[in-house]
Amino acid sequence: MKAVIWQGTNKIGVETVPDPTLLLPTDAIVKISSTAICGSDLHLLDGRIPSMEKGDILGHEFMGEVVEVGRDVKKLKVGDRVVVPFNLACGVCDPCKRGFFSACDNSNPNHRMAEALYGGVSGGGLFGYSHIYGGYAGGQAQYVRVPFADVGPFKIESDLRDEQVLFLTDIFPTGYQAAEQCGIMAGRDVVAVFGAGPVGQFAARSAQMLGAAQVIVIDRVPERLKMAEAAGAMTINYEQEDVLTALREATGGRGPDHVIDAVGMEAHGHGPGALLDELQVKAKISFDRITALRWAIMSCAKGGTVSMPGVYGGLIDKLPMGAAFAKGLIFRMGQTHTHRYLGPLLSRIEAGEIDPSFVITHRATLDQAPELYKTFRDKHDGCIKVVLNPWG
Amino acid sequence: MDNPNGATSNMGHSTTGARLQTTERLLLASLGLGLMALGTRGGNVRRLAFGGAGALAAVLAARGSNPVATAMKIQTDSSGETRVSDGVTIGKPAAELYAVWRNLENLPNLMRHLQEVKVLDDRRSHWTVKGPLGEVSWDAELTADEPGKRIAWQSVEGASIENGGEVLFRPAPGARGTEIVVRLHYRAPLGSTGAVVARALGEEPSQQLRDDLMRFKREQELGFHPTTEGQTSGRAAKQQEDRPQAQPGGALAQGGAR
Ligand SMILES: [Zn+2]
Ligand SMILES: [Zn+2]
Repeated sequence: MKAVIWQGTNKIGVETVPDPTLLLPTDAIVKISSTAICGSDLHLLDGRIPSMEKGDILGHEFMGEVVEVGRDVKKLKVGDRVVVPFNLACGVCDPCKRGFFSACDNSNPNHRMAEALYGGVSGGGLFGYSHIYGGYAGGQAQYVRVPFADVGPFKIESDLRDEQVLFLTDIFPTGYQAAEQCGIMAGRDVVAVFGAGPVGQFAARSAQMLGAAQVIVIDRVPERLKMAEAAGAMTINYEQEDVLTALREATGGRGPDHVIDAVGMEAHGHGPGALLDELQVKAKISFDRITALRWAIMSCAKGGTVSMPGVYGGLIDKLPMGAAFAKGLIFRMGQTHTHRYLGPLLSRIEAGEIDPSFVITHRATLDQAPELYKTFRDKHDGCIKVVLNPWG
Repeated sequence: MDNPNGATSNMGHSTTGARLQTTERLLLASLGLGLMALGTRGGNVRRLAFGGAGALAAVLAARGSNPVATAMKIQTDSSGETRVSDGVTIGKPAAELYAVWRNLENLPNLMRHLQEVKVLDDRRSHWTVKGPLGEVSWDAELTADEPGKRIAWQSVEGASIENGGEVLFRPAPGARGTEIVVRLHYRAPLGSTGAVVARALGEEPSQQLRDDLMRFKREQELGFHPTTEGQTSGRAAKQQEDRPQAQPGGALAQGGAR
């Protein structure tokens, strides 16, 4: 089959590799009908996530048709059309039972690597996202092996198009969880979203669905801000205005009640903080540039929430903890507990509350993936979200 | 191999050889409770710790708080005993888990460094450890057996390696199952030298124990071990040529780091 392969930092190619096979009786094989490139894949492209190996198959946002199931798979049948959460969960451990699927105890075969790096605990496995997270082959390919087949894959029985349900695999639940964990008081709270990439777009729309009085989206890319405006959000271009001043003004000096950092560790920014981050990243002392997080903390209103769907990988210093403490902020973060949201968010799509395909700007074949990784990274050609057809 | 002890020259070659073997065996024994090369299975961790991507770990190490570095330390108390302990919480009742451990002949399935445990009678058993350098065995006896709560054992007088251990089973708060705590102790005959050489060999008891406990948890909770071993990749064609023979239940079958 054809697959998108990580060949080294800033080297991504499409190669022909053996088809996946069942390795355990609880596995299934899915023939992929649509697959997407995620903003977090860009952290892999530029080598910021440790433990990638040449030859790894990328991709964690995919859906398709079940073509084979292991003998212990009970719920899933050949022919089922499924979306597959980007994270793997066992469904039986204590975190899974409590709904903290991304913190699964059992789904990461390389737990010892994560334990070594993060000091004693490991999250669950992820598709196509480095060996710390299990080294599972990803879904930017024609077929994929799906472990824990009775736990993750979610059947789509309505006739919604792929493009309407594909993002249930990651960015829609990720944006939604970011908004949900703010604990928005409907009709009262103002929510600011840093980063108008795909997750930021879904976070902004989710905050609206949850009743935010106003949503303010901050970015520097005009077409991304335009997409947020189309949903009724107010926008701030941080290259044209001072963000903190603009947010104070927009909120009568209070600051947004909740702030979502949908940027994570690759924030661009200005000033001495940004410069320090960049030097540390260059010196490989830190994986993280944190301008967005600094702004989020400094702008957030008293008693507010800093919600962080953006990915962080390492250590951070020069964080304004004094400001966070003085205002009594609440921090929420982590990988998305995708499994929780599949049913509820599918219902919202079916009810016409949202059509997730709004975010797609580029459609291409798998062969074009290497080129589109770069287009997406460089934000060329108005690129916000790329969907690939593995059979095109 | 050169004689690390600098054996005196008037000893016959074969004698030196024998001494070396003994040294090696002692060394092995000193590591006995759980030594397995990090080499293949831990390769990735090491690359992570010391490779380019591991700058984080390097920085942490410089600050003395690197979890990898901590894990690499071999902790010895004032009496010269090396101690290793760890715990895991498993979503099953204590009685059930205790029963698995109490079947001593099953221990090699739980603790991978053990080659064999033979039950001799109610109290006594014969333990064999196999490592990269050879085989060591000794007799042990149960010093405590509290059903559903605790099992403890100790090597008998004159064992080639003085060692012991205990496993505690206690209910986790909030109906989360059972907390299992394993404590092992052993006396390294070569003292700190043994420990240093052990580290050079890349053998690491606390990591081994951690792996054993996680494997046990997954066996009990899932009934299988998650794996990526044998999955397709851009390395697949090459791998088929170089892949060593997979051993059932071994590092490869567990999907250990490559
Ligand atoms: Zn993603
Ligand atoms: Zn789990």
